[in-house]
Amino acid sequence: MSVFSEAAGGFSPARVGAMVLRYLYLLRSSWPRIADLVYWPAVQMITWGFLQTFIGQAAANGMRPGAVAVAAGNFIGAVLLWDMLFRGQLGFSVSFLEEMWSRNIANLMMSPLRPIEFVAALMTMSIVRLAIGLLPVTGLAIWFFGYNLWSLGVALAVFFINLIVTSWSIGLVVSGLVLRNGMGAETLAWTIMFLLMPLACVYYPVSVLPHWLQLVAWCLPPTYVFEGFRAALFDHVFRGDLMVTAAAINLVLFASAVAIFVALVDSARRAGSLLQMGE
Amino acid sequence: MNVHAGQRAEPADAAAREPAIVAQGLTKVYGAATAVDAISFAVARGSVAGLLGGNGAGKTTTIGMLMGLVLPTKGTVRVLGADMVRERYRALARMNFESPYVDMPHRLTVRQNLRVFGRLYGVADAEQRIETLADALALGEFLDRQTGKLSAGQKTRVALAKALINEPDVLLLDEPTASLDPDTADWVRARLESYRAGKGATILLASHNMSEVERLCDRVIMLKQGRIVDDGTPAALLERYGRETLEQVFLDVARGRGAAGAE
Repeated sequence: MSVFSEAAGGFSPARVGAMVLRYLYLLRSSWPRIADLVYWPAVQMITWGFLQTFIGQAAANGMRPGAVAVAAGNFIGAVLLWDMLFRGQLGFSVSFLEEMWSRNIANLMMSPLRPIEFVAALMTMSIVRLAIGLLPVTGLAIWFFGYNLWSLGVALAVFFINLIVTSWSIGLVVSGLVLRNGMGAETLAWTIMFLLMPLACVYYPVSVLPHWLQLVAWCLPPTYVFEGFRAALFDHVFRGDLMVTAAAINLVLFASAVAIFVALVDSARRAGSLLQMGE
Repeated sequence: MNVHAGQRAEPADAAAREPAIVAQGLTKVYGAATAVDAISFAVARGSVAGLLGGNGAGKTTTIGMLMGLVLPTKGTVRVLGADMVRERYRALARMNFESPYVDMPHRLTVRQNLRVFGRLYGVADAEQRIETLADALALGEFLDRQTGKLSAGQKTRVALAKALINEPDVLLLDEPTASLDPDTADWVRARLESYRAGKGATILLASHNMSEVERLCDRVIMLKQGRIVDDGTPAALLERYGRETLEQVFLDVARGRGAAGAE
C-alpha cells in the first residue's frame, strides 16, 4: 500500500496548503507578526487623516501670502527631523540585529562586555549611521528645494538631542524584546516608530488631534520637538519651554528603557533564549 | 605547537584554591519541563571534564548556566570563585567558550573578528596574539578572508582561535567537533590537548562523541534527562560497566542498563 495520497507530479493544492499551514503556524506563534498586519493600515489612515484635517482647517482660515512656501518648509523640515528620530532608532536597532543575524549574540553576552557598554556602542553607531544617511540629504534639500535645515542653528542641535534620545529609548526596548522573544520580534525594529508618527504630530499641529489624544501626544518628547520646529518656522521663536519639557520626559523615558532592557535581558537569561535565537 | 603565550598570576585569595567550576544543586526548569535536575559537581583546576549525554540530556543548558547565559531555577554555580548569577563579570575575562551553534559576523574578515574579540577581552597585544593563534591554528591562509566564506572546518578553527584569544583559564566547549570530518576533528582535539598542557587550563566539554571524550577527558560526568547518572574517569566507567568502550557505556546508560556491579 502506497503512503502517498496523490500522484507526485503536477500542481498539488495539498502542497500549497502545506506551505500555507507552515506560514500560519509561524504567524500564530508570533504576536509581533500579527500586530504588524493590523498596524500599518491603521497608522497610514490616522496620519493622513489628521493631515487632511490640518489642511482643511488651514484652507478654511484662508492662506496668508507666502504660506505655501512656509508649508513646503514645514513638510521638508518635518521629514528630515522625522528621519532623525526614525533613522536614529533604526541605526541603534539594526546594529543590534546584526549580532542576531550573525548568531554572535551569545559570544558577546559571555564576553566581559557589560550591557551598558553594549548600549553605549549601539548609541554611538546610531549617530554614525544617522550622519552617513542624513548629512548628504540635508545638502540635497538645499540643492533641490532651497530648504536649509541648518538655518535653524542652535535650535536644530536641541531638536536633534531630544529626538536621538527618544530614538535610543525605543531602540533599547525593541532590542530587549528581540533578545527575549527571538527574531519574531524583529519586525518591531522597522515599524514601531511609525506608531508614534500620528501622535508626535510630525506634519500637523497638536491642536488638530481630538482632546483626549492631545493628552497622549504631550507625553511624547518628539511632539514637543515638532511643535517647537513649527514655532521656529512659522513664528520665528525658539520655544525653550517645550525643549526643557521634552528633555525631562526623555530623561524618564531613557531611564525606563534602560530598566526595561536590563529586565528583558534577565528574562531572556531565565528563559534560556540567549542560547536559542531563531524565528 | 604552542597556543598559549604565558601564565597569568592567580588572585591570592581563598577563591583561587577552590575548584575551577563548582555546581551545587543546579536546576533549570522551563515551564513543565525540567532540563537540569539538581546536579552537583566540581571540576578541579587544570583538568578536563566531559559532560556526556544524549540529545536533551541537559548538556547545553548546563554549559549555559556555567557561562551565566542561562539563570538557574535553583542551585548555585561558581566559576573561578565567582558566583555566575550575581558576579559573572569577575570571571568572564578569564573564561571563553566555543559552540558550533554560535557564529561570528560573516562579513568581517577573520582578523577583524579576532581583533574585536581581543579588545572585548582586554588582550594587551591583540595583534601579536592573533599572529600567535594564526600560526598555532594554521589560520594564515584565510586570516584576511571574510568569515562567512570559510568552510566548516576553517570556521571551527576560527571559533577555536576566538575561544583562545584571551588565554582562558576555563574553556567551555559545546560539541566542539560536531559536523567536522574525522581528520579535522582529530586536528582540533590535538590543539585542545596542546592548549591544556601548555596553559594548565580547565576544560569542560559537552559532547556525545565518545572517542573525543575518551581521548580528552580525565573525568566523565554522564547526564540523562537532566540528572547525573554516573561520574568517574573513563577507565573507572569502563570497569564499572564491564565494557571496552565509552560508547558501550553510553548505550548502557541511555537504555537504562546500570553498572555491572549494580545489576
